[in-house]
Amino acid sequence: MIGIPGHVFSKKNRALLAELVRTDFKLRYQGSILGYAWSLLRPLMIFIILYVVFVKFLKIGTGVPHFPVYLLLGIVIWNFFNEMTVQSLGSIVGRGDLIRKIRIPRWIIVLSSSISALINLFLNLIVVAFFLYINHVDLLKTAFYFPLLLLEVYVFALGLSLYLSAAFVKFRDIGYIWEVVLQAGFYLTPILYPLARITNLTFQKLIMLNPMAQAIQDARYSTITHQSPTIYQVFNGGWYRFTPFFIVIVVFLGGLAYFRKESKYFAENI
Amino acid sequence: MDGIAIKVDSVSKTFKLPLEKQSSVKSAFVNVFQPNKGYEVQKALSGISFEVKKGEFFGVVGRNGSGKSTLLKLMAGIYTPSAGSVVVDGKLTPFIELGVGFNPELTGRENVYLNGALLGFNRKEMQAMYKDIVDFAELERFMDQKLKNYSSGMQVRLAFSIAIQAKSDILLFDEVLAVGDAAFQRKCYSVFKNLKQSGVTVILVTHDMSNVEKFCDRVLVMEGGKVLGVASSADAIGEYSRLNLSGPSSVSGANRWGSGEIAVESVHAPKKKTLEEVYHYGSSMEIDIILKRHMDHKNTPIIVGLGFVDENGTTIAGPNTIQKPNLWKASKLKYILPNVRFAPGEYTLTVSVYDPELTSPYDFLDRYYKFSVVSDKQVHGLVGLDGEWINGRK
Repeated sequence: MIGIPGHVFSKKNRALLAELVRTDFKLRYQGSILGYAWSLLRPLMIFIILYVVFVKFLKIGTGVPHFPVYLLLGIVIWNFFNEMTVQSLGSIVGRGDLIRKIRIPRWIIVLSSSISALINLFLNLIVVAFFLYINHVDLLKTAFYFPLLLLEVYVFALGLSLYLSAAFVKFRDIGYIWEVVLQAGFYLTPILYPLARITNLTFQKLIMLNPMAQAIQDARYSTITHQSPTIYQVFNGGWYRFTPFFIVIVVFLGGLAYFRKESKYFAENI
Repeated sequence: MDGIAIKVDSVSKTFKLPLEKQSSVKSAFVNVFQPNKGYEVQKALSGISFEVKKGEFFGVVGRNGSGKSTLLKLMAGIYTPSAGSVVVDGKLTPFIELGVGFNPELTGRENVYLNGALLGFNRKEMQAMYKDIVDFAELERFMDQKLKNYSSGMQVRLAFSIAIQAKSDILLFDEVLAVGDAAFQRKCYSVFKNLKQSGVTVILVTHDMSNVEKFCDRVLVMEGGKVLGVASSADAIGEYSRLNLSGPSSVSGANRWGSGEIAVESVHAPKKKTLEEVYHYGSSMEIDIILKRHMDHKNTPIIVGLGFVDENGTTIAGPNTIQKPNLWKASKLKYILPNVRFAPGEYTLTVSVYDPELTSPYDFLDRYYKFSVVSDKQVHGLVGLDGEWINGRK
């Protein structure tokens, strides 16, 4: 009887989730003049920096059609993954005052910070759509798959978030470790450079086993240009190409199980 | 579960307290190799069983560290019991602290909705309650201002209003009455009375015996993580004041001086070696004082004095033998107090032996003996009086 009251998505829990997301959204740009505009301006500015350095100075993307948008899409998806996991990681500890004093389903806290990140992703995708338009990119028919790829990234990030947020309650150095892992992941994922730049085929294959690399490459392939190598091409259609999806499912279920086990003791461990 | 709101069945709770806070991965690895090091297991509650009936106003009392708050958090579902079970029938809303989740950057209105959502009410339910909440808090004009611009009193009022407007089957309160000014507390009392009449189950954790006396139907008395018993409020108040004694009466030893030719040999209750530990308010008290006179002072006149000193060091009364010259040469004296009227609490007794001119003490035992007074009624002030209330028309 004790624990999560009611159904997982009962009216009460939905109301609480909505209220937490609303509060987070209201408070996010508290005291800044441009307010929510920063949600659009920030990715735009980061994009400009990367564009100038990688496209204009280093000329990395020559040969890839619509490389600036291609670059932007990768950055936006990675940023979403980065933001969601980092925010969720500290979410349980950050809401320690609530957890120690009232009874709310703990997963709602992680879910609310993931939804905040999701809202930001959609705002960023508006920027992407704008660049798609001014770059005269004709959306490919395969763009139909794009939402499914976002779902894949979301489920992957949610699994990690559940795991990280619960582990952070016990081990505070998870925060620093995760920062390094993210930094490494950013460079090991073909975001700034086209995958074709890596000439060693074994490395290409290893890189593409990472769900983030697979999802970003597939997202580019499905919407912008078919000249973006996907995991299907890298493995020539072998069974190995399903590894990233398998990883996503395992991470999600593992994260969920770990979170459920640990959440009973959040109140006393924080 | 018929008629039972909460059933707590042989619940135990242990906490693992890290001796050195282990919150890094490295120390976790170290602990893998030394699994038994670094923890202190603290048993906060053991074998707690009781039931709270529906519609009951149930009190929980006990000294600091007796496990009251842990028990409350277990009932609220914030902690998970290490053993046993807690079964709750109905919607339970805990108030461990008022205004949980209040954010200074949000307006009063936004905070009401946020706090409501955290307590388990959806927006529609909150809209229905909103006006009552604001009216009770008397803050209509301020609801669209940010909470950081509220005074602390205003914040407390708003938080408490949400708490008491919460339409719930079971309410848990942890010491929340200790907030607010006198006028607001009176308001809270009337709310508690209404809650009591409306059949809501209320569980109140408190130190304040006047709240227990006023509201509680039954009271759970806790000590050292165990249940001492569930009693009526009057019995529980008596039990609680007994718990607050700091142990058996003893001679402290350090605070005694005097020339010593005539010394106090013993101070005790009749046929005992010491004073009674506990005297009931209104009962009689007898103190036997035995003196030891040196050979040369067998007939030296002396004045014996007593001092009843309360917890704050105030001497409530100081009877002595100045007016009784026939006792000046005695070696055995007895002081009889037919009717103990000291307010419940802990007391110390000072005993002194002086020459009749009160120049210097033969023996002075400063706050040397301990006893306490208990009562099942509240006594306001330091002592009860013999006065009487009568109908003024006669």
